[in-house]
Amino acid sequence: MAETAYQGRLHLLQKDLMSQYYGELTASAEGSGVPAAYLLIGGNPVELLRALDILPVYPEVNALQLAVKKQSLAHIQAAEGMGYSTDNCAYVKADIGLYFAGRKTPFATIPEPSLLLCNYVGCNVYLHWFDHLAEYTKRPTFHLDIPFIRNASGRPSSDDMAYVLRQLEQLVAVCEEIAGKRLDPQRLRRVVELSSQTGRLWSEIKHLTKSAPAPYDAYFDSVTMMAPLYCLRGTEEGLTFFQTARDEYAQMAADGKGPLEREDFRFVIEGPPPWPYLRVFRDMFARWNAVAVASTYSTVGGLWEFGFAHDPDHPMESIAEHLLTWNLTNRNFLQRYDQIDRYLKEWNADALVIHSVKSCRLFSAGQGDMRDYFTQRGVPTLLVESDLEDPRYFSEAQMRTRIDAFFESLAHRKLTAAAGA
Amino acid sequence: MNIEVINRFDELIDECIETFESLDFPEARAWKSAEPGRALIGCFPVYAPVEIFHAAGALPVGLAGAGNRLEISHADARFQSFVCSIIKSTLELGMVGKLDDFDGLVFHSICDPARNLASVFTRNFPNTRVEYVHFPQRLHSEEAVTYLEREYRRILDWATATTGRSVTDEELRRSIALYNAIRTGIRWLYDFRRAEPHKLSTRELYALVRYGHVAPPEKHLRLLTHAFDELQRREGKPKDRARILLVGSFCEQPPLDLIASIESAGCYVVDDDFLLGRRFFSADVADSRNPLRDLADAYVNHSVDSSVKHDLGHSKAEALVARARAYDADAVVVLTAKFCEPALFDYALYRKAFHEAGMPHVFLEFEEKMWLFDKVKTEIETFVESLLFT
Repeated sequence: MAETAYQGRLHLLQKDLMSQYYGELTASAEGSGVPAAYLLIGGNPVELLRALDILPVYPEVNALQLAVKKQSLAHIQAAEGMGYSTDNCAYVKADIGLYFAGRKTPFATIPEPSLLLCNYVGCNVYLHWFDHLAEYTKRPTFHLDIPFIRNASGRPSSDDMAYVLRQLEQLVAVCEEIAGKRLDPQRLRRVVELSSQTGRLWSEIKHLTKSAPAPYDAYFDSVTMMAPLYCLRGTEEGLTFFQTARDEYAQMAADGKGPLEREDFRFVIEGPPPWPYLRVFRDMFARWNAVAVASTYSTVGGLWEFGFAHDPDHPMESIAEHLLTWNLTNRNFLQRYDQIDRYLKEWNADALVIHSVKSCRLFSAGQGDMRDYFTQRGVPTLLVESDLEDPRYFSEAQMRTRIDAFFESLAHRKLTAAAGA
Repeated sequence: MNIEVINRFDELIDECIETFESLDFPEARAWKSAEPGRALIGCFPVYAPVEIFHAAGALPVGLAGAGNRLEISHADARFQSFVCSIIKSTLELGMVGKLDDFDGLVFHSICDPARNLASVFTRNFPNTRVEYVHFPQRLHSEEAVTYLEREYRRILDWATATTGRSVTDEELRRSIALYNAIRTGIRWLYDFRRAEPHKLSTRELYALVRYGHVAPPEKHLRLLTHAFDELQRREGKPKDRARILLVGSFCEQPPLDLIASIESAGCYVVDDDFLLGRRFFSADVADSRNPLRDLADAYVNHSVDSSVKHDLGHSKAEALVARARAYDADAVVVLTAKFCEPALFDYALYRKAFHEAGMPHVFLEFEEKMWLFDKVKTEIETFVESLLFT
């Protein structure tokens, strides 16, 4: 069985950086005077906030941190006691439960929002979530309405772009009021430049897993890099982190090293992870020497590996592009099929694993059709179900059995193919 | 259905029910086959700009699932157990060939499963034109109206490509006027039931409205006019029942027998949100020189509250309580489709508002495919009895 000690230097660096970030959040909650804006991960326009020194707060990141630390269930149940259904997104329930529990977590005290910035990129739950937060907090809300990608070209129309740009202008005015200062174009340019460089590094890192063995797991290790990607993008610290990550993984790729001692299977994985059982879930693949070489989940906040980078010469336009086009959530379901197709081919994967989560129907609704699509194309595909936040939906024995059976058959397939060659 | 030759009101209602309960869309198909070049466009809930499709020469047909009349044997493999039934029953209708005569299908940004369903239809039915409307969620702003006007221009182009006909502004205005008349008729029926619920049951009202989902609008208007005349003459005596306002059933529809059993459990329904899309505006769509902008303005500025609209500038929950009070309702029944996230989210805020306002309510879930109603009826009966002691 593979060794499953995953805590490398990068994980520790991430931990330090995120501790600093959460320290800033706590300081804000305790009256540092730095305003905080809540926003969503999907296509996050964090550059605008950073350029005005407004702290970005992601309720999704807080919720998943609670789940990883096995602190989510009490908050979920508290929300259910308020009338939320067992069938509502558990991220929302954990966040609402946390809000009414005084916003105190083992990692930070979450500040009250100065602004609720609902960057609505496809996910309809985002709208409900921030409507509810608005009702409870009575704080100002800004709905940033991003037209969904709904045509075959996969590109927004010029009308969509104009609509978003007009809203971004209005958002800047709202943020300026909260920040108590005007947006400095030079500062914005610098933040977008940092963001651009970070995005390019992230893209480079993602392409490194084309190597065999992949130098890191594009699912379980990518999530380590995703928090800095959202919380610290547009800062010098964020850029340094991604330079370190690129250097470390490029060296590993050059040395032919991977996260496991051996790489027997390369798979693409679709869907968010089961945060309350992340380690357990990872081990289920590691025992088969299976490494994720690409993941759709790591593109929720932005899709950088297919050529997008923010443009400091056109900051607002590129923020709009990011919101409209370059994130998984605002792209239609068939674009996701194409994305996975590309991963399977270009990253040379053996199989597709679909982790279907009950909470996030944006991700999961229709994944049976996705399985059908890939199975028809001869891609070994496994669909397993649990949840991203609610530990009650993770059946460890059942999950293990399904994964074992899948890799057993995959091993048999490889063996047969090798014998026939 | 020949409206003019049916004498009895209850027979008319039965005919309406038979028509919309058929999974073969008999009136729509008959309309299409009557003349070459006609097209059917299926509209998924909640609201669709039907005027655009009508003006383009198509019959907009409201898709409202398949109730408990279709076994789901294919769609279950595509959509998981935690996805609501209407998503699966609509796909199943397609997979068993019931939508073969449809030239186009339109979905809207109401929820995440509906969004993905549009893609699944696109992939599985390459010969059917599938379109998706993104409604703005930054309401009460001029740019939202401008955005939606342009979105409607795109939808009009799609509709005309589907039917092969061009459309003039005059034709659009005529379609708007026709649907304005229908919406006025439906509003009248709702006002009538609210004032005299003993003369028009919710089952009947529902049948009169839902018929319009599956029949040509010209004919639906004739039906409403006929019903108007009949109801003016109708007599009845009020019973001692609780006046309830019902919310939560704006997309997937409860079985008709469930609706009837709510009433027979001792309620008069003074308002509901069944089939909300066909009466989505609180007033007529304006008639200016720019019909697409008029339609966009109606959506952005004059549409009713709904679980699929956000950024309203007011609390939906408080507005609901105020409406219940204005309609002299004794209580609210929240009847949501199982797994319907928009309705389930709204319920959490409604519940808080009900408690704060001292408004009694009961929360119930349904699935369109259910066929036993005793439990729901007993719950409603118990609830109504409890109202007597509050």
